[in-house]
Amino acid sequence: MRHTISILVENKFGVLARIAGLFSARGYNIASLAVSETLDPGISYMTMVVEAEDEKILEQIKKQLNKLIDVITATDFTKKEHVDRELVLVKVTYSPAAKDKLESVLKKYVGKVIQHKGDTAIIEAVADQEQIRKLLEELGKFGIKELVRTGRLAIAY
Amino acid sequence: MTGAQILLECLKREGVEVMFGYPGGQVLPIFDKLYDFGLKFILVRHEQGAAHAADGYARATGKPGVCIATSGPGATNLTTGIANAYMDSIPMVAITGQVKTFLIGNDAFQEADVTGITRPITKHNYLVKDVRDLARIVREAFYIASTGRPGPVLIDIPSDVQLADTEFIWPKELDIRGYKPVIFGHPGQIKKAAKLISDAHKPIIYAGGGVITSGAHQELKALAERIQAPVVMTMMGLGGFDGTHPLSLGMLGMHGTAFANFAIMNADLIIAVGARFDDRVTGRLDAFARKAKIIHIDIDPSSIAKNVEVDIPIVGDAKNILGQLLEEIKKTPDTAQWLETIEDWKRKHPLRYKDDGKIKPQYVIEQLYELTKGDAIITTEVGQNQMWATQWYKYTSPRTFISSGGLGTMGFGFPAAMGAKIGCPESQVFDIAGDGSIQMNIQELATCVCNKINVKVLILNNGYLGMVRQWQELFYKKRYSYTSLYNPDFVRLAESYGAAGIRVTKKEEVRPAIEKAIAIDNTVFIDFHIEPEENVYPMVPAGEAIDKMIGGLA
Repeated sequence: MRHTISILVENKFGVLARIAGLFSARGYNIASLAVSETLDPGISYMTMVVEAEDEKILEQIKKQLNKLIDVITATDFTKKEHVDRELVLVKVTYSPAAKDKLESVLKKYVGKVIQHKGDTAIIEAVADQEQIRKLLEELGKFGIKELVRTGRLAIAY
Repeated sequence: MTGAQILLECLKREGVEVMFGYPGGQVLPIFDKLYDFGLKFILVRHEQGAAHAADGYARATGKPGVCIATSGPGATNLTTGIANAYMDSIPMVAITGQVKTFLIGNDAFQEADVTGITRPITKHNYLVKDVRDLARIVREAFYIASTGRPGPVLIDIPSDVQLADTEFIWPKELDIRGYKPVIFGHPGQIKKAAKLISDAHKPIIYAGGGVITSGAHQELKALAERIQAPVVMTMMGLGGFDGTHPLSLGMLGMHGTAFANFAIMNADLIIAVGARFDDRVTGRLDAFARKAKIIHIDIDPSSIAKNVEVDIPIVGDAKNILGQLLEEIKKTPDTAQWLETIEDWKRKHPLRYKDDGKIKPQYVIEQLYELTKGDAIITTEVGQNQMWATQWYKYTSPRTFISSGGLGTMGFGFPAAMGAKIGCPESQVFDIAGDGSIQMNIQELATCVCNKINVKVLILNNGYLGMVRQWQELFYKKRYSYTSLYNPDFVRLAESYGAAGIRVTKKEEVRPAIEKAIAIDNTVFIDFHIEPEENVYPMVPAGEAIDKMIGGLA
């Protein structure tokens, strides 16, 4: 099962390595990770998505996270009411002939063209993971040249 | 003040009496200030010895041990000792020199990423990049090392930071927002635990190192006597409950007593105090104590429900929680029949060995106990010597048994004995060693002799790496692959360092040799030529249920 874990940490060097170490030492892969400053410049916010086959091990990792001195709080959002979003930037093949078709796909999945040059358009979309998956499926029909996406961001009520 | 002066001033204010270490290029500024600072310094002969000595000091006194080494190889030599302290939750502050800040990451001479290397084996670590942070960091390091579940904290200080000047400001108060250990048990959980205890018929107390760390031995004794429950101890818990007490069943687990293992396997309630259900204790997990409900008291939430499912977890300090529990228990269970069953196991399956007139290691340790009556500090190496030391000596008070538990570090016992002796100069300190282990830090003989640290080393010399040989005998068809040892003449070796050496080849010489060693005002190696293929029994084969012991049962 995929878990979204949010972690408030001291904004210091080495903190990310400490956190990553807890996962890597157990052979766990971090599916996505987003780190940013908060309103308090001394504190950073991390949102992490991990795939856990064994819930017991994940439970242990969460306890270990809370044990790190530089971790202020660690919360698993998986069973909490929350909103999550990802940002994706996609380079697709662009042709005037396909313009209308592309516009209608983008409208459906809240994406927009932010630039186009020659036969390439750069598209931006902010949505949850499922929406983005569907959008990419549709965009695939136009021809995706390259794509980058942020990790998942999540916020709870 | 310079960074070096600030460091030493902070150590003084933290109440540090002694530091163990070894100088080198990137700690020169610190050593220069140390020269006439008035802090006791013990120059070891290998940095690993410094870390183990600081560890032994901490275990014997309860105060954090301090060690120091230079960058690169000095620091990497400390790491085994740091990992050892980490596994056994020992308060330690390790200080390492680092190359100058502007050289970090440039593969400078004697550079190693020490905070990177020690990240998984420290409770916390620091790289000091600005001298203005140093005083706060030292303060935090001691606080973190010695509170909550204790552990080693490393401070890596580049040599330019040691030389940099700043105003010395001693932080009055500390506020570490990510570190707030829970000290008292949740009252609701205490109530539930008290009820379970009152309703139990076959309760057992399973006591670990946390009892000793938190100083909960008196509360533990009060609880055991009040509810008339037998007490089994982990290796780290030995001494946490008087081993001569009628309710003591000694150590449980792989080389525990048969009656300790039978008792926990048949209990209907396990009260775990500062223990972590380690694999050497539980054996096959799915067969472990199936009939028992479990109350688990531990200061570290991540120790709870890690290996076994727990009915009542209580997070907090063992001493406080046992105190809370004692107040809450109104009705005590009737355990008369349970204790009778256990007495029967004790009579039927005592610890035993075959006395055939040769020097048996068990006999050596029994004699040591007879001569000291538990009034000594015993350290051990790792392997057979260690297990015999747990079985054949009775530890009556906390901090008298010092041994490498989690990491199982050969070479720990001798430098640890050194540290323990410095911490407790009035105590007799004995290291129960094997001929393999003692050679892993034998260089510390020089440290002992020139600092007049009189420890007595009992080498149970069987010419083998005994525990590995035992496994080869039992599980690898006696194919003794590289476990037979060529050894030096330990007597002459000790003498060459200026220590004393005694060789013992006959059973009747055992006791007089120990008496003589105690009388000699020097470090003494006693080389006991024991029965070479004596095994440690009882033994639970790896992966087996802990009541399926082999050997030593009549």
